[in-house]
Formats: sequence, structure tokens, C-alpha cells
Amino acid sequence: MRRSIIVVASIAAMLAVALLFWALTQKRESDLGTSQFGGMSSSKAAPARAASPRDDGNWTMPGKDYASTRFSALSQVTPRNVGKLQVAFTFSTGTTEGFEAPPLVVDNTMYVIAPWPNNVFALDLTKPGAPAKWVYEPKPAAAAKGVACCGPVNRGAFYSDGRLYMNLLDNHTVAIDAATGKELWRTKLGDIQQGQTMTMAPLVAEGKVLVGNSGGEMGVRGWLTALDAATGRIAWRAYSTGPDKDALIGTNYRAPYPQDQGKDLGVKSWGPEQWKIGGGPVWGWISYDPELKLIYYGTGNPGPWNAEQRPGDNKWTAGIFARDIATGQARWFYQSTPHDLFDHDDINESILVDWPAPNGQRIPALIRPSRNGYFYVHDRRTGRILAVDPYGYINAYKGVDLKTGRLIPAPEKEPKEGRAVRNICPGPPGAKDWNPSAFSPVTGLIYIPHLNICMDMGVKNANYIPGTPFVGADVKMYAGPGGNRGVFTAWDPVARRKVFEIKEDLPLWSPALATGGGLVFYGTMDGWFKAIDARSGKLLWQFRTGSGIIGQPISYRGPDGRQYIAVPSGIGGWAGSIVSADLDPRDPTAALGFVNAVKDLKKRTTKGGMVYVFALPQ
Amino acid sequence: MSSRFRSSALALALVAALCGCDREERQTRGKPLGETVPASASPDTVFPGTGKLPPLDPRAAAYEGNAAAISEGQRLYNWMNCSGCHFHGGGGMGVALMDGKWRYGGRIDQIAASIVEGRPNGMPAWRGKLTEQQVWQLAAYVRTLSGQVRKDAVSARADELSNTPPQTQTKREPLSPSDSDQQ
Repeated sequence: MRRSIIVVASIAAMLAVALLFWALTQKRESDLGTSQFGGMSSSKAAPARAASPRDDGNWTMPGKDYASTRFSALSQVTPRNVGKLQVAFTFSTGTTEGFEAPPLVVDNTMYVIAPWPNNVFALDLTKPGAPAKWVYEPKPAAAAKGVACCGPVNRGAFYSDGRLYMNLLDNHTVAIDAATGKELWRTKLGDIQQGQTMTMAPLVAEGKVLVGNSGGEMGVRGWLTALDAATGRIAWRAYSTGPDKDALIGTNYRAPYPQDQGKDLGVKSWGPEQWKIGGGPVWGWISYDPELKLIYYGTGNPGPWNAEQRPGDNKWTAGIFARDIATGQARWFYQSTPHDLFDHDDINESILVDWPAPNGQRIPALIRPSRNGYFYVHDRRTGRILAVDPYGYINAYKGVDLKTGRLIPAPEKEPKEGRAVRNICPGPPGAKDWNPSAFSPVTGLIYIPHLNICMDMGVKNANYIPGTPFVGADVKMYAGPGGNRGVFTAWDPVARRKVFEIKEDLPLWSPALATGGGLVFYGTMDGWFKAIDARSGKLLWQFRTGSGIIGQPISYRGPDGRQYIAVPSGIGGWAGSIVSADLDPRDPTAALGFVNAVKDLKKRTTKGGMVYVFALPQ
Repeated sequence: MSSRFRSSALALALVAALCGCDREERQTRGKPLGETVPASASPDTVFPGTGKLPPLDPRAAAYEGNAAAISEGQRLYNWMNCSGCHFHGGGGMGVALMDGKWRYGGRIDQIAASIVEGRPNGMPAWRGKLTEQQVWQLAAYVRTLSGQVRKDAVSARADELSNTPPQTQTKREPLSPSDSDQQ
């Protein structure tokens, strides 16, 4: 009996080894993918200088700087001493919704931004225990929670010139006096009756507050709006669908590829009238180049998910815009995923770097790990693709045609009504969802917290009823090849290859932070906050926080001159809603199919809403 | 085929047919039903000092456990986008409906009231958007998601590629709070 067990076990072990080997070789092949340039370059990419000023020890915006590096130059905490990190203080927001927003730190005050009801707490870092100086309670409508597709989250505020700017879930943008917590203006931008919410973090530059809407699963019409920072008045609004005059596409527009050239494509690339409820919300990240005076941001998925209901390319959804900040006029657009079939929004972060081309020339570039699984390097002046490679496992597409710029679809994975399509990779949250990467000028690497999730999908007719979901799909997600649901990848954007990879059991939903000390921080959905060596990926320190981590870590210099590291802990968002909204894992389609991929999460973490702040012992 | 087998098969068919009649009873005659959905169906279970939940709304009897009403409710559940928030009972933007946890009561008239009135954390108010009959049909279907209804009245098959097990296999969840289940 025992012998037979041993035989069975050893056969199983051999099989596992063979499978692992197979998986590894598969991965390597897919990595080679569409590589264009083979050679390695010794020179590193560097953050765009004008968009990444010298670090003053503050953390004033979610991206850290306009280049969106999420890099702190502070270097007291190093791979040698990080093992001694300990809790300096904690702060509870009193919420149990997904906690995504990074705290901001400006001149010895920490601003904590909570999910709905979107309270803001100003903590005095000069006093022991960091007591609150003021609390701002904006009281957004509770009903807004019913139209927030993926939890009533908030992705952060923006500090500029003595003011905080942020969005409330019920479609208001507010300006708050950072010294007193007094609301200076409040502007209504959208309507929950139409399924709109606002969850993204504004970007403020050149006297403009840039904000966008959420609701790609609710049949909203996406937009980006610029408000006057002084008064809150709307300066311009650029829709993601509809005629050129609404999309602010005019004489300065030069698309890099034919697919995005033509008049009124935001109308013509849809069935009749569909652009009015076609999605393309702007719920992700904006970067800004102060030299070119251009902003860069991505547009969300088209709606409904059932693509049979919206023939055409569905412009200007699931792509990336460059716009003039003063007028909003589009400079270029590139549609990463024309006629999106799988909810592959294109709202992920764009990091602005100087990129050394193989010929030695340094090109002002924009690098981004896209939801569709490809890592793009664009010339940020023109939008042209300089390099594109898969950074995760992809079978839903067959590469990107570098001549036409067009994504090559895999027809066998196209869902049709009445036919379930199995094993589509990546699934709806893509190879990577909203949670941004960090770029370190020390190593020249981009650190990408992402996903390894595939799905089965069946589409059905979606009815448009304003203020209710407009999806038309039954989805069931699960772990991709290898069985791990999360991946942390260090990617070299110049050599165009993976440097190291950490397989995480749970999906990674927390952003990353890179520091000048040669460390990278990120959190896991079961609450571990981790520090790894930026060069090797070796785990050097970890701390178990009270709830799952989906929020963004930051680093700042405290009033005592020490380096601090802070991270929000509070499970939720799309991936964590099984816990924060108490969903039932017996329904594999719950939460748009995400619940099936995280059935074990209720056993691994519980709700919470706490900021943890760490430092080395004095 | 033995005659004994034949007669027992016949008897079984007869029983099934009779059950079928019962589970699909429809009211095609009689006075029209009033167009106000349950005012009496308070979602509450505490009554200062003494008192209890009013008896079940008499209109409920025509819908509760009725196969025709349940299958209509199932159709409406998708058409009216209930499934977009609550999915196939596991929940999402909306709460889970299969877990036996009821904030506003799990009795059919309480569920009907939640559909008509809406609820303050995001449940839309469907008054005027659905007929009373449709509201009751939806409520009858919602009760099947946590297995509150006899198995011969529910549909064995979902209307779409849902990946969910057939409802005939749904186990009955005890209602919580339990005292709202006074039928």
C-alpha cells in the first residue's frame, strides 16, 4: 500500500516537473513574440527630465511626478537594513471598501483619502502619533455605490499650490484648502442616473484640473474634462466617442497609423447611434510632458462587452490619446485594441522616459504595460510604436503588426452569441489592470504588478437601461498557465525582456513603489506588504497588514529627516469585492466573473481600511 | 415490458402531471390585482415592546413557488439587467441573493417591496418601470436563488451560458434574520 503511494507520488512529481518545464519553455517562446530589435543596449531608459524634478521628500500626486515614475529618490532604507523596518504609526479611515488611494505627504502633513464616503484626513506628522488636523466630509450620495462597477473606490487626490483636488464617487470634483480642510469649490460633472461615477485621481498642471468618468460597464459615454483650477469652471471636455468636434479632433491631429485616420471615426466606426452609449470612460492615469505641453491618457473599454452588438472599430475607445493641455485638442491617438472583445480597457499608466533606440539616439518615449498583454514603447511626439512585446501570457491576440500598428486578433477566441469560448487569455482584467507600475532610474527597469488570469466567456444580448449595467456577457475567470494568479515582473524596456519575475498566488491589485535605496515595494491581496531587491527580486522583508492590500505605497521624508514608507491596507475593488461586498463564491459569474478566480479570498483576508507607516528604528 | 412496470410508470406520470398542474397554476380570471405593491411588507423585525411582522401579503400566493411566475421572473431578471448587478445570485455591484442574508427581508412581499421602492445603497427603485405582476414574478424568481422554493417549480436550466449549476441543485439557505421568514 505504502509503496503504491510512493509510486503514485513520484509519478505525480515527475509530471509536475515536466509540466513546469513545458510552462517555462512556453513562456520563453511567447516572450520572443513580436520582437523587432534583437540587440541589447547597455544604456538605460531615464525619466523625462522636465517631468521628474529633484525629489524634495514630499509625495504630492499619485504618480509621484508628471512622468508617473512612482519612484522616490530617498535612500536611507536599503537592501542591507530593510529587514529592520518597523511600524511607526497607523491610521484607520473607518471604511471597509477597497482602499486604493495613496496618502499624499506635503510639508509634514499627510493627507489620507478614503474610499466612499471620500473623507479626507490631514495628519500632523510633527506630533507623536500623527493626530488629525482636520477632517473633510464631502457626503457623496450613497446611491452612487449602486452604479460603481467595481467597488466605490477612489484612486487618489492631487496636491497643487496649497490645495487638494479630488473626485467624489457621485461625479463631483472638489478643491480643498490644504491648510484648513475647507471646500473651495465643487463642480458637478456627471450623473449617476446615467450610470456615471468618478473614481480616478485628477492631474493638475498649467492651471487645469484634468478629470475623467467611470462607467464602461454602464453604457456611459466617456470623457476627459479640464476644469479651471482657480474656479472649478469647465474649460474643455473631450469625449471618447462621437463626432470630431466632440472628441476635440481638429487640424493639429496626426494619427501615426491609418486605422486612426479619417473624419468622424467616433461616429462611423459604430453601428447607428451606438457611440452615444459606447463607453470609453477615462478612469485611469494621466501623464504630462511640460516641454511638449501634452497630456497622455488611455480610454476605457467600449460597451457593451458583447461586441456583436457594436460592429466596427469603436473609436476612440481602448486606445491612447495625446492632447494639448491648454485647448484639449488631440495631437495623436493610437487604438491598442480596436473593436475590443474582452473588456481590455486601455487606461493603464503611461510612463514618460527618454528611451535609447538601438541606433543610440535618445527618443522622448512613453512606455506602458497595456491591459491587452503587450508592453508598448511609443515615440510620445508622434505616437509611433518603437517596440512592442508581450509581458504576460496571451492567446487572445497574435501580436501587433508594426507596419499598420494594428493588433492581430485570434478569430478562434472571438465570442459569438450562443457559443461559449473557453480559455481566453488574458481575461477581462487583462494581463494588468489599473494598478500602476513603478520605474526606477537606478536600475532602468519598470516594475509591473500584474495578473495571470484567463476566462471562459459567453455573450448575450445586453439591454440598455440608463443607470443599470450594459454588459451582455457571462464570464468565469481562473488562473492562467502555471496556476499563479498574480505576477510581479521587472521589465527592461530597452533590452525588451523580463529581468526577473515573482509568481504570486493571488492576483496582484496593488501598485508598486521603487526607491533610491534600490528597493521595490508592493502588497498582496492577503495583506502582505513586501520589499524586494530592485536588481534581483529577492524578498528582503515583509509585514502582514490587517486587510488585503490593493492600495498604493509611497515614501516620504518625515519632519525628523527619516525616510518613511506608507501603504494603505483595505481589500476591495473588482478583484477584492468578494470580501468587501460579501459576494458568494458559489456563483462563478459573480462580479463579472472575477469571483471564480478568487474563491479562496474570504478565507485569506477580511475587510479593513488602515494606513500603515513604516520606518527604520531611531 | 412487464405490465407491472407499465402501470407503475403510468402512476408516476400521473403524479408528475398532477404536481405539474399545481406548480403551474395560473390565474386567468377573477378581479384584477391592485397596482400597489406591498405597503405592509416592512423590512424590519423589531417592534418596540411587542408586535410582529404583518402576515404575508395575500397576493403572494399567486406567485410564490409558481413555475410560470418563476420562469417569467427568470426572463425578466436578465432583461431588466438584474443579472448585471446580482449576477446569478453571487452578487457584484448588487448584493448576493443566494446566501440567505437579507438586509430588507427575504419574504416574497419584502423582496417585491425592495424592487419597487429601491434601497438606499444603490438598488434602483423600479416603481413605474415594471408592472406589479412583473415585480411579483421577479420576487418569486429571486427566492429560488437561495433555494427557498420547491424544486419542481424551478427551471433546471439557465437561459444563458452562465456556468452556474442548475437551480434544481440549489440548497435551501436558512433565511437570516430568521424571524423574517414567517410565512
